[in-house]
Amino acid sequence: MKAFTVVEGVVAPMDRANVDTDMIIPKQFLKSIKRSGFGPNLFDELRYLDEGQPGQDCSSRPLNTEFPLNFPRYKGASILLARENFGCGSSREHAPWALDDYGFRCVIAPSFADIFFNNSFKNGLLPIVLDEKIVDELFTKMYAEEGFSLTVDLPNQCVRLADGTEFAFEVDAFRKHCLVNGLDDIGLTLQDADAIREFETQWQAKSPWLFREHSA
Amino acid sequence: MAGQTLYDKLWQAHLVKQRDDGSALIYIDRQLVHEVTSPQAFEGLRMAGRKPWRISGSIATPDHNVPTLHSERSAGVAGIVDEVSRIQVKTLDENCEEFGITEFTINDVRQGIVHVVGPEQGATLPGMTVVCGDSHTATHGALGALAHGIGTSEVEHVLATQCLIQKKSKNMLVRVDGQLGPGVTPKDVVLAIIGKIGTAGGTGYAIEFGGQVLRDMSMEGRMTVCNMAIEAGARVGMVAVDQTTMDYVKGRPFAPNDSEWEQAVAYWETLHSDADANFDAVVELDGAQIKPQVSWGTSPEMVLPVDANVPAPDDFSDPVKKAACERALQYMGLTAGQAIKDIRLDKVFIGSCTNSRIEDLRAAAAVVKGKKVADTIKEALVVPGSGLVKQQAESEGLDKIFIEAGLQWRDPGCSMCLAMNADKLGAGEHCASTSNRNFEGRQGFGGRTHLVSPAMAAAAAIAGHFVDVREWN
Ligand code: SF4
Repeated sequence: MKAFTVVEGVVAPMDRANVDTDMIIPKQFLKSIKRSGFGPNLFDELRYLDEGQPGQDCSSRPLNTEFPLNFPRYKGASILLARENFGCGSSREHAPWALDDYGFRCVIAPSFADIFFNNSFKNGLLPIVLDEKIVDELFTKMYAEEGFSLTVDLPNQCVRLADGTEFAFEVDAFRKHCLVNGLDDIGLTLQDADAIREFETQWQAKSPWLFREHSA
Repeated sequence: MAGQTLYDKLWQAHLVKQRDDGSALIYIDRQLVHEVTSPQAFEGLRMAGRKPWRISGSIATPDHNVPTLHSERSAGVAGIVDEVSRIQVKTLDENCEEFGITEFTINDVRQGIVHVVGPEQGATLPGMTVVCGDSHTATHGALGALAHGIGTSEVEHVLATQCLIQKKSKNMLVRVDGQLGPGVTPKDVVLAIIGKIGTAGGTGYAIEFGGQVLRDMSMEGRMTVCNMAIEAGARVGMVAVDQTTMDYVKGRPFAPNDSEWEQAVAYWETLHSDADANFDAVVELDGAQIKPQVSWGTSPEMVLPVDANVPAPDDFSDPVKKAACERALQYMGLTAGQAIKDIRLDKVFIGSCTNSRIEDLRAAAAVVKGKKVADTIKEALVVPGSGLVKQQAESEGLDKIFIEAGLQWRDPGCSMCLAMNADKLGAGEHCASTSNRNFEGRQGFGGRTHLVSPAMAAAAAIAGHFVDVREWN
């Protein structure tokens, strides 16, 4: 997993409440065999005027020019500013996969759906809960200033504006540790690699037949 | 100190590290891999630049998506008509090739449903921890292994670390004493258990199936019982190791060889619950009372003996169950009070990881031999669980018996168990199925599944409706 320490980036809006995972990545794309490559289909039904099909080349599809992510000013955005209950709906891990693949590292909203919130941490995407008033303020500033960007400082648990204003946010200590160090569950387990090897050595002595190489 | 259960022993033997938060790192001996739940796991490895921890720990085979019609099968992966299925199977081939994992590919005689292939190859053995990205992994517990299903993130975790982060379950003993009557099979035993404890009865537990009925049962029968532990809510189902287990394992390709055999047996002989072991819950059934079972509703716990009548919502006092019964009757197109034997069938499916082994096929063939499938049956499929089961059945002439009776003899795979390939029910069709799930739409949109044993499904194919195999001749 990518480590998340300090991220500075352009902020893009998803200015509606209850954005569900079907909106984030519609179901026809779940047939994919990949965990990457969902970026072009992020918010597919909002971004394009036609109906997206899995495996399709999106570069020639008609864009919905009224959808903010298609505005030149939000190009390359890495921070998504959203409204309450972001990520509700199904448990698909494809939702954070799609946001990540598009290039977002962080979503800021007044509240998140539970499973999405969890899945995000597992995939190196930082969901930040800020007070509704602060989120409102950020939306206002973002609309007013082209190229509006923020600094998300995870070690210090704050979101920083260019003028130095800081908004503190809460994050579970264990999750923070994993993100800052780029540790997913696998990374964590691999910290115990010696213990695993030690186990294997004695286990192999007891059950050598379990460790035979074989070929098809 | 009280003795240990089989589950306690297997857990203890594989404990790499106990963590402070109650979770533990458990070593996994065998991971079985199939095409549906593995692609993102391999992709995850690639993206993180990781290699599998121990390549010999994994074995793969495609099963869910493979076509079962020989004509479509013969061209191999390239011949799979459905594009999504073809890509998934092809991706499994490519991933196994890239990472060096042993795979039994589509037309390898050893290919089949993962849960049939594992024990058949000796790739799942007593005393092992076994996982697979599939909820019916408990099947392998029949060998005295600790086996359960996992999700895609965990598939990747096991590939990368050969371990899983787990919390220990509670212990439940389901004891079936006495003897089964003629015509009553392991499928009826497990359906009766689920009927008794309900689909959530085993939630949070590892179930050990024991008692005289299990001791007398063949390995294949024990697999059928353990297979459906998940339908009783338990991720783990298992049976103690005994002579039947050892006899089954000996000589299989991945089993211990002659020089290791004594050492293996010495360990395996300890794989049973101690006499003074403590179970958190005990459930008892009398084997002699179990009759052939038929599920009437849309949950495996909605099951009754074949001589019973479909229940009415008012038979249930619990309002949730009452409502569930009402909904199920409507979905299934059944009338309260109707005799189960009067349920007319449109299709018959004999197969799935529950009942597609050689003994299942023999039992079904014995019932249909010399008879004809009823005119009203639109389609009756027999789908062996693996290429080797198919070969064995053909060497015994079972394929001819089925074909002469009017059933179709297919190539191995999951087939109509979950209808990911072309084998499926049409809306409203009733199917006598030897599979394990009767959920709405499981075998096709609007399809109506009745779970039964292979003998019961075979008899239903001939009669066109359910019959009591105990009265079959
Ligand atoms: S046969 Fe059915 S239950 Fe078994 S693994 Fe295949 S799809 Fe799953």
